[in-house]
Amino acid sequence: MARAIMSEIKKDHIHKLLAKGRRVDNRAWDEFRPITILPNYIETAEGSARVKIGNTDVLVGVKMTIGEPFADTPNKGVLSTNAELIPLASPNFESGPPDENSIELARVVDRGIRESQMVDLESLCIEPQKEVWIMFTDIYVLDYDGNLFDAAFLGAMAALNNTMVPAKANDRGDDFPLPIKHMPISVTAVQIENSILVDPTLDEEKVAEARLTVTTDENGDLRAMQKGLAGAFSLDQITKCVETSQRLGNDLRKLIG
Amino acid sequence: MQASAGRGIRIKVMTMGGNSNMKLISDDGIRVDGRKVDELRPIRIEAGVLKRADGSAYVEFGKNKVLAAVYGPRECHPRHMQNPAKAIVQCKYNMIAFSVSDRKRPGPDRRSVEISKIISEALEYVVFTENFPRTSIDVYIEVLQANAGTRCAGLTAASVALADAGIPMKDLVPAVAVGKVNDQVVLDLQKEEDNFGQADLPIAMIPRTGEVLLMQMDGHMTRAEFDRALEMGVGACKRIYDLQKEALARRYAVEKNEEEPAEEAAPAEQEG
Repeated sequence: MARAIMSEIKKDHIHKLLAKGRRVDNRAWDEFRPITILPNYIETAEGSARVKIGNTDVLVGVKMTIGEPFADTPNKGVLSTNAELIPLASPNFESGPPDENSIELARVVDRGIRESQMVDLESLCIEPQKEVWIMFTDIYVLDYDGNLFDAAFLGAMAALNNTMVPAKANDRGDDFPLPIKHMPISVTAVQIENSILVDPTLDEEKVAEARLTVTTDENGDLRAMQKGLAGAFSLDQITKCVETSQRLGNDLRKLIG
Repeated sequence: MQASAGRGIRIKVMTMGGNSNMKLISDDGIRVDGRKVDELRPIRIEAGVLKRADGSAYVEFGKNKVLAAVYGPRECHPRHMQNPAKAIVQCKYNMIAFSVSDRKRPGPDRRSVEISKIISEALEYVVFTENFPRTSIDVYIEVLQANAGTRCAGLTAASVALADAGIPMKDLVPAVAVGKVNDQVVLDLQKEEDNFGQADLPIAMIPRTGEVLLMQMDGHMTRAEFDRALEMGVGACKRIYDLQKEALARRYAVEKNEEEPAEEAAPAEQEG
């Protein structure tokens, strides 16, 4: 993300270890840091999850309100995804309106939810053209140590997975769980001197040349991708990232349950 | 009670002032959540919960969940805020979008700006700001889940986070709200009591010296009720203060026999 200053010694250290095929925290190239998911973390949200990947800590909550549908989709619910890089999480995050990093993060997660059609939006219609459920997914980064994309996406999936639509409190019948059709999972890797490293730490992100997020569903089909940073990937590296995402995505999906 | 939260503030203004008929305390003095009138909610305090921050703390007052992080002393910007004689303490209190029942639009509003200001002022009093001229000590309070009393939980967390950051300070600052419900003075209001109560009195103080660093009040209280409320608040602050100290002691406890794993120091890997 934001290119912060990094000491030359640390930079050298990462490069020298990488030349020997090692990472600073002794992980394999395709190994995630320890992951914990706390579902239903916030009672005031309709669905929520706090996800930690190593030291990276993200809180995602879902709120549902009733509103008007868009004119071109009169019988579909509305999705809105927002990410806040709050200054609590990093000395480099500042308060104020969302910057390009938080907008990219929110949009990548939003596409993963929207374009994968994981939520059956038609069942979020109350009365065509008049009333639909509006689903707000808010992502808050609490502690930033790299790989926000996967932490935020995993958090969003875990939060959506336990979201109950509050119909009863709004006099719209009985509460029902959010109708989820797919469970896409994202896996992010960076390229450093032609090595591919999955789940980069903040230090690894700082020396990374390019970043690729691949989102796959339970069938191994691709659902979303995003390449970032100024460097490049070879076609072989992209294939490697896709295969890794399919393989690791299956393991991560089990954590959501 | 469904309409609350984001609009809770407005409801509170409308219902405060004594005309609440809702029965929130039973005849034998038990409140809706089972507490006695002078009983605190369960409190949990943890110091040093975030990796990136220079200091941090997590606090639960009942169903309130609050995180505080401290960065600094660091370069102060905007530049014109710098004080050549001392550090400034800049607190930002924020409620996250899903911390209340109606989604709150992200970003500061008038309420959070006011709360940020009074918390900054309370903290500035305890920090030895003259040790760090021209710098800023930034305190971020994020309310993850709100259930009345978030400014008190936030301030309680913030002073623990300052201590965790190793910033020299006179003392910790515990805070609690006292209020009036069904014509009775009660300690540590929860949401229903806050929305439908008759008065709300948040207090922060240094128990050791008796110095009051934050005090607000809205609603209606007689002089006798105010004295009783103050007495309750002082007692509760002492209890919260002990929990703050315990949290810091737990964070920095050194276990005997705990063999520190030999750090594979990064520079040692440097060859040539």
